[in-house]
Amino acid sequence: MAGTYAGLVNSPVGRKLATQLGLPRPATLRRYAVGEPLVEGSVLVGGLGPAPVAERVRALLKSEGIDTVDELADGDRVAAVVADLTEAAEPSDLDALRALVAPALRGLRPSGRVIVVGREPSSANGFAQAATRRALEGITRSIGKELRAGATANLVLVGDGAEANADAAVRFLLSGRAAYVDGQVVRVGPGTPTEPADWAKPLAGKVAVVTGAARGIGASIADVLARDGATVLCVDIPAAGDSLARTANRVGGTALQLDVTADDAGRQILDHATARHGGLDIVVHNAGITRDKLLANMDQARWSSVLDVNLGSILRMNEVLLADGGIRDGGHVVLVSSIAGIAGNRGQTNYGASKAGVIGLVDALAADEGLRARGITVNAVAPGFIETEMTAKVPFATREVGRLLNSLNQGGLPVDVAETIAWFSQDANAGVTGNVVRVCGQSLLGA
Amino acid sequence: MSPSASSSRSASRTSGQPRRAAVIGGNRIPFARQNAAYAKASNQDMLTAAIEGLVARHGLAGEQVGEVAAGAVLKHARDFNLTRESVLGSSLSARTPAYDVQQACGTGLEAAILVGNKIALGQIESGIAGGTDTASDAPIAVNEGLRETLLTLNRAKTPGQRVKALTGLRPSQLVPEIPRNVEPRTGLSMGEHMAQTAKQWGISREAQDEIAASSHHNLAAAYDRGFFDDLMTPFLGQTRDQNLRPDSTVEKLATLKPVFGRGEGATMTAGNSTPLTDGASAVLLGSDEWAQERGLPVLAHLVDAQTAAVDYVTGNEGLLMAPAYALPHLLARQGMKLQDFDLVEIHEAFAATVLTTLAAWESEEFCRDRLGLDAPIGALDRDRLNVNGSSLAAGHPFAATGGRIVASLAKMLHEKGSGARGLISICAAGGQGVMAILEAA
Ligand SMILES: NC(=O)c1ccc[n+]([C@@H]2O[C@H](COP(=O)([O-])OP(=O)(O)OC[C@H]3O[C@@H](n4cnc5c(N)ncnc54)[C@H](O)[C@@H]3O)[C@@H](O)[C@H]2O)c1
Repeated sequence: MAGTYAGLVNSPVGRKLATQLGLPRPATLRRYAVGEPLVEGSVLVGGLGPAPVAERVRALLKSEGIDTVDELADGDRVAAVVADLTEAAEPSDLDALRALVAPALRGLRPSGRVIVVGREPSSANGFAQAATRRALEGITRSIGKELRAGATANLVLVGDGAEANADAAVRFLLSGRAAYVDGQVVRVGPGTPTEPADWAKPLAGKVAVVTGAARGIGASIADVLARDGATVLCVDIPAAGDSLARTANRVGGTALQLDVTADDAGRQILDHATARHGGLDIVVHNAGITRDKLLANMDQARWSSVLDVNLGSILRMNEVLLADGGIRDGGHVVLVSSIAGIAGNRGQTNYGASKAGVIGLVDALAADEGLRARGITVNAVAPGFIETEMTAKVPFATREVGRLLNSLNQGGLPVDVAETIAWFSQDANAGVTGNVVRVCGQSLLGA
Repeated sequence: MSPSASSSRSASRTSGQPRRAAVIGGNRIPFARQNAAYAKASNQDMLTAAIEGLVARHGLAGEQVGEVAAGAVLKHARDFNLTRESVLGSSLSARTPAYDVQQACGTGLEAAILVGNKIALGQIESGIAGGTDTASDAPIAVNEGLRETLLTLNRAKTPGQRVKALTGLRPSQLVPEIPRNVEPRTGLSMGEHMAQTAKQWGISREAQDEIAASSHHNLAAAYDRGFFDDLMTPFLGQTRDQNLRPDSTVEKLATLKPVFGRGEGATMTAGNSTPLTDGASAVLLGSDEWAQERGLPVLAHLVDAQTAAVDYVTGNEGLLMAPAYALPHLLARQGMKLQDFDLVEIHEAFAATVLTTLAAWESEEFCRDRLGLDAPIGALDRDRLNVNGSSLAAGHPFAATGGRIVASLAKMLHEKGSGARGLISICAAGGQGVMAILEAA
């Protein structure tokens, strides 16, 4: 972090200065490493009324050897709070959330977690319940902004009868895998999750393809999927073949030098996956480019290349990859959007179009009856400011603003995006489809 | 192993014929001109890069293959275990055995034949054959006189003996020896030798320039249609062969001054001779069963091979004419005619090498008197020759050329369809020539 804002304010002199000036000091985030517990410390679990999800969470944590407490004794410090507000129906019910969470915040351990569990507002009975359910989002996002020391707050909305399907989301959000996921809403619906035999290898036996795997976020996705047990087919353009080979050899996968905009890209990927690895379970459409210009100066080449790499190619590849004989039933498709696709960005009309298009595509695919019947989930991550070669090229001032304009006061790492994608790829997470989860440290952009 | 694989294996056993080694895939780094993109890269760097790309493409990280055989022509003394060191620096299992091969420009093809034969005999199930050469990072040796003085010094036991050894030093001995492209027994460069042969055969300047121009055009077209997407991995920022000139024309080539031969009859220029080049290549071979177990499609099989040598020292035969002598053995063994091959790859050491070889096979006199044949081998349809370009355009890092050709030809034959046959011809220093036949799987 030398030469960065974070490096400065965390140096002995800088730290003093930053405290005096009231400048934000980015924390070192707790990130997942194989073998580490979900959270370090006990977890406060409670909620309103029968709190059916809280009950499951207690069981889950017990199976992981993690202590849970129902209420806080004086001076108790917990690593996380899980608040089940699924029964909330009136605005007055929300005080249960305040009463449970508020006392825990001051003593929350570094990289602590607040997870609020609620129900989908659109399926509410009556005006009061709808308003109350939606209120949870406002509370959670505000908690996220209040928290310090790398702690995050997220909301899980659980469909009626889908309580069991929320386990994988709670696990993920508690863990170091979700280090840079903050202020997000995760929707859990129907589906038939299957738990892995070994939670250290949740993707064991699966075959994944990752496009744009030569470097940056894609290389990290390949690393994480392989760490979680998947066999990874790494795709990138022929000109990036040497870095692609490094990724593939590092993860013990295979390299396919291929431009995703080629007409037969989907066919080539499927043939390779089928011949070499016996099939395909996970598709990660990560390859993407930027060709920034103000719209006033935008030529056709910049416009169409971005739209074709970031969106057109995905549509074409999906025709083969998602057809019968393509990705196996129960498989997972993950797309990579961007906060620029949500908030828009000056000079990125082409990029913003493509990344907003990705969200539209996720919505439509997740709603597709055929894919639903086959149990195939489709989700997207929308990264915020992630430290890669792409963002290293951004001018210093803009870059520092990008790093700081979020609740965690720092940029994310490629691995943070990769962890979210790996979670979307779990069979245990089959209840999550049609989600767009931002990996942005609760960026102020488009929030 | 699938039932069909095991039955084919037992079938070949009962017929007494050894099985055929499969050519599964290949990888090379783009070739660079001497003292250019790879000026600072060593043979080991380049061979390792070629192997790494091959390993990635075929998913072999951590795997133990039967053996890796490769080599270099210009080699540092410290590189005595070049191939094994490259394997240790690669993602292959450290338990993969390796050895070096050296047969001048025939090294890469000879390595493939060696690996292929061991597979055919069932001694190994898989192997990698390769080659690398750098004309930039060339070994520089101390002058022979200095070397003798230093060895005497090393043997000296008393201070007096040491002083005596050192007084033998002469300033001229400090001039290092840089390897030269010269035949030790004739003192002539390979180009000068070729110029003599080209003159004997009356090979025209125009014909040579045509070969050169089409080599560039064919190679450029192959790149454009993505032919090399699964045969090449970029290296040090280089994504295409540095020597490639897609806009080369016979007219432009005609303006170059001859560099080999003398006077009126000199026809060989820098345009129709291969430049000194840096690069490396590797080919994956295996049994059909081994490939099938890994879901690796087989491109072609290694059908047969033949190496020949000629007595060029007496001037009785041209230095680079050995392949002409190897072919009849192959044809007789396989019951084939030259015209039966769908594709033919003749390494373009010089455009004139290709033309003299073809002329010799067409010559009734040569085929009768030198090859002992009743009838000439005959003409080759040029549409089948070096269809994706050859060394004039790609460049020729000596030991890397064999691997380049084996992998490319295997893929071309595969594209043509099962049963298509191809011939490879590579001439080498010392009056040798290596040939091999591949057949599409
Ligand atoms: N870095 C960030 O802050 C950030 C933020 C939001 C979204 N993203 C998205 O994340 C994804 C990865 O971004 P990154 O930062 O790692 O970028 P990167 O430029 O470091 O890597 C992108 C990779 O995709 C490959 N690629 C580009 N075009 C391709 C094509 N036609 N076919 C195959 N491969 C191709 C590139 O060669 C490169 O290896 C992109 O979709 C990007 O839009 C990144």
